[in-house]
Amino acid sequence: MGRKTPLYNKHLESKAKMVDFGGWDMPLHYGSQIQEHHQVRRDAGMFDVSHMTIIDLTGQRVREFLRYLLANDVERLKKIGKALYSCMLNEKGGVIDDLIVYLQNDNQFRMVVNAATRDKDIAWITQQAKPFQIQINERDDLTMLAVQGPVAREKVRDLLPENLQTSVKALAPFYATWNNGEFFVARTGYTGEEGFEIILPASKVSDFWEALLVAGVAPIGLGARDTLRLEAGMNLYGEDMDENNTPLESGLSWTVAFKPENRDFIGRRVLQAQRDKKEHQIMVGLILRDKGVLRAHQIVSIENGGKGQITSGTFSPTLGVSIAFARLPAGKYKDVTVTIRNKQLSAQVVKPPFVRHGKACIAS
Amino acid sequence: MSEIPEDLKYSESHEWVRLEEDGIVTIGITDHAQEALGDLVFVELPNKGNILNTEDACGVVESVKAASDIFSPITGEVIEVNLTVPDAPELVNESPYGKGWLFKLKPTENSDLDKLLAYDGYERFLEAEE
Repeated sequence: MGRKTPLYNKHLESKAKMVDFGGWDMPLHYGSQIQEHHQVRRDAGMFDVSHMTIIDLTGQRVREFLRYLLANDVERLKKIGKALYSCMLNEKGGVIDDLIVYLQNDNQFRMVVNAATRDKDIAWITQQAKPFQIQINERDDLTMLAVQGPVAREKVRDLLPENLQTSVKALAPFYATWNNGEFFVARTGYTGEEGFEIILPASKVSDFWEALLVAGVAPIGLGARDTLRLEAGMNLYGEDMDENNTPLESGLSWTVAFKPENRDFIGRRVLQAQRDKKEHQIMVGLILRDKGVLRAHQIVSIENGGKGQITSGTFSPTLGVSIAFARLPAGKYKDVTVTIRNKQLSAQVVKPPFVRHGKACIAS
Repeated sequence: MSEIPEDLKYSESHEWVRLEEDGIVTIGITDHAQEALGDLVFVELPNKGNILNTEDACGVVESVKAASDIFSPITGEVIEVNLTVPDAPELVNESPYGKGWLFKLKPTENSDLDKLLAYDGYERFLEAEE
């Protein structure tokens, strides 16, 4: 038996098929993950993401600390509430985790990291934070929901406390707003659709979940969460990123702030050398031309005999074909061959995302 | 609990077999198998005329999350395949014992059927597997 979120019984009431995910008992689907996928693309769905780890970092030197800890630069966060996506790297430039950090005030940032990486993340952050005198507060009193889909925001808005409704209505993409430490609402997500990620006290989450259900927001499991994020071109830690590959080898160059040149961050030297040499592996998107399903670890062959590997793949319910991310040797490619059960199948190389806001964004 | 019709025979790899009146057998995957796999998105079937031996891997069913081989539960010649299923894999989820059947075999040995599980044996097998 794994750890249970405060919504465990709610999942059972909705007839969830539960599975282990990073030591947590989480819903895989509530009947059909393909229907759940379409529900999020066309209407609104909600995800229990309470297994994710929320960490509040406080201290006078917290900005300075995060500029050293993270590959992206929190100096880009000028306005209160602004969010930043970043990798946290080791000295070799490998990805310890990917995360979102929100500016709450000059002395406080809120960070959301993955569930399965919780222990090593906290150990690493604690170790690196010592010289900066930072208070690290893991918020396991809080839970997290994601409500996503074209009509998600309006459905959520009406159910929020009145003193938040105006600021939530005015919330720009990648910003968060909050009230007295009760509801924290961010216009972020992991689906490629509009929506919010909402952090709230564990004691309030069941009522909020129930209210969303009544408002017609369907519960969505981890199965659809995976197909949605893959279509949206978003990486999954442990599959598309890990400690053995840098962000440049994981399609995440855009999250590395090399400027200003004088900002020292963990992993910088390795990344800079890799960037200048231009020989590092690259991450691409694949669309299978034939019937079948691309999956992690399948071998990808390129024209000159070189080989790469699929890092994560699935069937895309929106496009009706199989899609994947693959790590390939440096180069430019239009077509590759994927070996599936001893058959050589042809795949088109594309630049993710595959789907945004319900629409295909890849020309075939 | 998944559906296990009493008039069928079952393999431990979760195929079902129905003996038709003309001695032909129809084969598919069980309700338990489709439920465990989840939404199917790809089905690959044997070709008409293929000669299959018992436990030959002769096809594949893939869901969004996993791929699983189909094993022939008995020895015989493939005389018909369900051509609607590769274009509509969801039929196997919706109707595993009906519209979602996979292929028909002409058995070489009628005694092959006796080696398969009856419905109550398959039920016990599932209970033991859990």
